[in-house]
This record gives sequence, C-alpha cells and structure tokens, in this order.
Amino acid sequence: MSRLATAVRRNPGDTLLVLFAVLAFGYLFVPIGYVVAFSFNDGGRSNLVWRGFTLDNWANPCGAPGVCQALANSVQIGLIATVLATLMGTLLAYALVRARFRARGVLNVLIFLPMATPEVVLGASLLAQFLNAGVGLGFWTIVLAHTMFTISFVVVTVKARVATLDPRLEEAAADLYSSGLQTFWRVTLPLLLPGIAAAALLSFSLSFDDFIITNFNSGNTDTFPKFVYVAAARGIPAQAYVIGSAMFVLSLLVVVVGRLVAVRRTAA
Amino acid sequence: MATLAQAPAPAVAPAPAPVPAGRARRATGWLLAVPGVVWLAVFFALPIALLFSTSLMVPVPGGDIGQFQPAFRVANYTEALARYWPTFLRSFGYGLVATVLALAIGYPLAYVVAVKARRFPTVQALLLVLVIAPFFTSFILRTIAWRQILADEGVVVRTLQAVSLLPGDGRLTATSFAVVMGLTYNFVPFMTLPIYASLERLDLRYVEAGQDLYAGPWTTFRTITWPLSLPGVVAGTLLTFIPASGDYVNAALLGTSRTQMVGNVIESRFFRVVDYPTAAALSFILMATILALVYVYVRRSGTDELV
Repeated sequence: MSRLATAVRRNPGDTLLVLFAVLAFGYLFVPIGYVVAFSFNDGGRSNLVWRGFTLDNWANPCGAPGVCQALANSVQIGLIATVLATLMGTLLAYALVRARFRARGVLNVLIFLPMATPEVVLGASLLAQFLNAGVGLGFWTIVLAHTMFTISFVVVTVKARVATLDPRLEEAAADLYSSGLQTFWRVTLPLLLPGIAAAALLSFSLSFDDFIITNFNSGNTDTFPKFVYVAAARGIPAQAYVIGSAMFVLSLLVVVVGRLVAVRRTAA
Repeated sequence: MATLAQAPAPAVAPAPAPVPAGRARRATGWLLAVPGVVWLAVFFALPIALLFSTSLMVPVPGGDIGQFQPAFRVANYTEALARYWPTFLRSFGYGLVATVLALAIGYPLAYVVAVKARRFPTVQALLLVLVIAPFFTSFILRTIAWRQILADEGVVVRTLQAVSLLPGDGRLTATSFAVVMGLTYNFVPFMTLPIYASLERLDLRYVEAGQDLYAGPWTTFRTITWPLSLPGVVAGTLLTFIPASGDYVNAALLGTSRTQMVGNVIESRFFRVVDYPTAAALSFILMATILALVYVYVRRSGTDELV
C-alpha cells in the first residue's frame, strides 16, 4: 500500500490513467464474466437466477433444442461468406492499388458506402430486393448478404497490405523470366498472405456475429445470434452461454498464442 | 484475353512496347475487379435503388396488406418525418452521447496500451488482445447479459437502492440510461482500436520536446498528442456513431417503447405493420442524414484523406 502511495505521489497522472484502464477493462469484462458464470448455472431452461453450480450444461452443449443447429448454420454461413468475400475482395483490392483504370474513384466510393450505411438500411434494402425477385429467404440469402457487407472490409484490409508491397520484387521476378501467373503465385500472393488472413478472420467474425442484416434476410433459418435474440424473450438456455464461453476461450487462446509468437519474432 | 496472353512476351524483348503493356494492365485490372464490383452492384447498389423506388410507392387500391405499386409519392417522406422526427432526434442523440462516452473511455484506454505499455511489448500485445476480447463472444449475448445484470431484482439495482442512489421503485433497464450504456459498451472497442493505431506511431520525442520547452502536461497533450492522434479519433468516432445511431438491438433489449430508435421503427414497419414505403423512406432519411453528418464532420476535422 505504501509503495502504491509513493507511486501516486510521484506521478499522479500516470497512476490515475492506469487505474482508469483497470476500471475500463473491468467494464468490458463484466458481461463476459456473467456469461461464463451462468454457463455453469443449474438454472434450468430459462437460466435467469443463480441456482447452484453444475457441469451438466458443459457436458451436454447441444441439450437445448435448436442451439447446435443454429451454431452449425452460423459456422457454415461464415465459412462460405468468408471464402467468397476474401476472394473477390482481395482481387478488387489488388486491382485498385495496382491497375491504372479510370473508374477507380467511383469504385472507391462503391466500396466505402456499404461501410457507412447503417445495417438496418442494408438489411431492409436486400429484403426489398429478395421480396421483389421472389427469392425465398433462408440459408443462401444470408450467405449473399454476408458476402456483400464483408467485401468492403476485406478490400480495406488487403489494400493496406498491397500498398506496402514493393513493386520492384514483382519486376525482378519478371526480369528473371517468370510468367505473370508464376509471379503471382511465387511472389505476390505469399507477400500478401498476412493481410489476406487478417481479412478472412475479420470477415468470418463479422459474419458470425451479425444479427441485424441476418434478421432481415434469414426467413426461418436460425443463426446463433438470432437464436439468442429470439430466446431472450423467454430466458436464454444455459447451453447458449456454454457456446458463448467456449467461443470466447478458444478465440482468446488462438489470438494470445498468435500475438506472443509475433512479439517473439519481432524481438528476435 | 488476347492481350493478356501476349503480356509476358515483352519481358523477353529488350524494349517492350509501352502501349500494349499498358492496355494489358488495364484489362487485367478490370478483370480482377469485376467479380467484386458485380457483387456489390447486384447486392448493394441495386437493392438501395430498389429501396428508393419502394420509398415512393403507394398501396395497391383494394389490395391486401403489404401490396404496393410504383408511384412518385414524395409525401411518404414528409409524413414519415412529421410522425417520427422525435425518434430521429432520439437516435442521433443516443448515438452522439454514446460516441462521446466511448471516446471518453476509449481514448485513455488506447493511450495506456499504446504509450504507457510501449516499453513492454508482451504486456502491450496482451492488453491489445483484452481490448478486442469482447468480440470473441456474441454481442447479442453480451447485451442480454447486461439486461440480466441491470435487472430490477439484480444485485446492481438492489445495491444502488440500498445506498439511495436509486429510489426504492427506481430501475435501470427500460430506461434511456440502459440503452445509452449498452451502446457505449458495444462500441468502446471500435473507438479504442483506431486511436490505438494512431497513438502507437506517436513519436515520444515530440512529447519530450514539449516538456523541454516548459509546456505542462495539459498543454503538451493539447498541442502535440491530441492533434497527432486525430486521424484515429475521426475513424473511431465514425466507426461508433454510424452503427450506434442505426442500431436497434440495444433499444430493443435494454429499453422500452419510449426509448425506441429509428432502427426499431424500420424493423417493425417492415415485419409487423408490413408498411414497406414508410420503412424505406425512414431508411433513406437515416442514411442521408448520416452521410451528410459524416461529410461535414470529415471536412471540418481536416482529415479528408480518410475517406
């Protein structure tokens, strides 16, 4: 305590800042703590009040009707949308930075606008289009919608990486009699890969977590966020908290390990 | 394709002819861009155009609920505005307050991670992970968790009542406070990350120079740190304000009918009342207002290159 007091006296600004950061992190983690805690609650179907500790929910994560189907849908939609958006977005980003064609200004606006449009408007406009075209809502309309709104994020992420690419490397490959395709596979793509991977991760998580656009274009197909939203009226089954907690722990592990490896590598 | 196939040939020749090469490059550029552009045209631009035409439609005479025909009824807009302007004001008010609060929380947080933790790369990497960690659980799940935490019979409300910060019959859910708190909570990471990106590149020698010239901490911050972090602040406030004022999940889960936002009205006009023209007109007013605000804001903040 006295050491803390000395530290505060010596540098009050810094100490206040650090205290503030601790409080802010606390704020960010309160509901996550709640989700993890209530995944262990013996609370029955509605899971509203604490009724005692149990591991049953973790032993049987698909116990609540529909929860695992919703999760499977979310994962499949996320994967398909990610592949499509990453492919198209990467090509588009490369074209925008490298190729000199006249429509670039217009294209940049076309890519920026979906990000500046509120999700309700994106969802509502696509719904109007599907209704008009007589397309039945479901799994594939969600895929179309998710691919649409994640392309822009892929373009922005990959563009940043293309901008740091040294064009002389590709020119050197061409000087060494490499064909256009060979240069792309051997030089360009490996150099862009970290940016493309980041973009793919981003679009998967955007797709997986999206509720608003999905709600407009899903018909009777459930995704995990939609399942939770609908269940909220009655009380969320503990299994949804189990899935939420498991997702949290898994992604945290992946990212922490990834960051630590990256820090080690730059330090070495 | 003919020009494409010829493209590698000039590499062998000592002096490649510049014109075909340029044309090939332009063609390749277009070919790469086509799939993404077509996708955005069909699933973004076309729907928006269709939404616009929907916003001017009238009901089919003698038709069922949800049947509309093309018209040019501008009154859909004036009527929607006349009826829902308080909702618009509330949406932008909530969005603005949430943005200011997220900035007040996110800026110091970003500063601690980017500047104070700079000498400890491992700590910095872990803190950065903690900032994005909330994304690893579903945001709907987190918002519902808040609703449960702030519930009338919950510990938080009971404690506040016990220390008389809240009247005996006072509550937190179903209030504007809960909605704005939920919005702020959900967007703090979106605010923190771009500010972190700006502050991470902040050259501390400028700050030291300020101190050497006898500037106090506040003056140093105001004249050096803040201006240099401005691109991050602009990006963060946009990433917060746009989705926050268009959101309807927080208002639906944490509020009541008296704290509705435009998103809630659009959603219910579409699904419950089946009044597509009004829903479309509301969407357009929301989109146009946001774009106008963003334009003015970006212009005034002097960071044009952002967009």
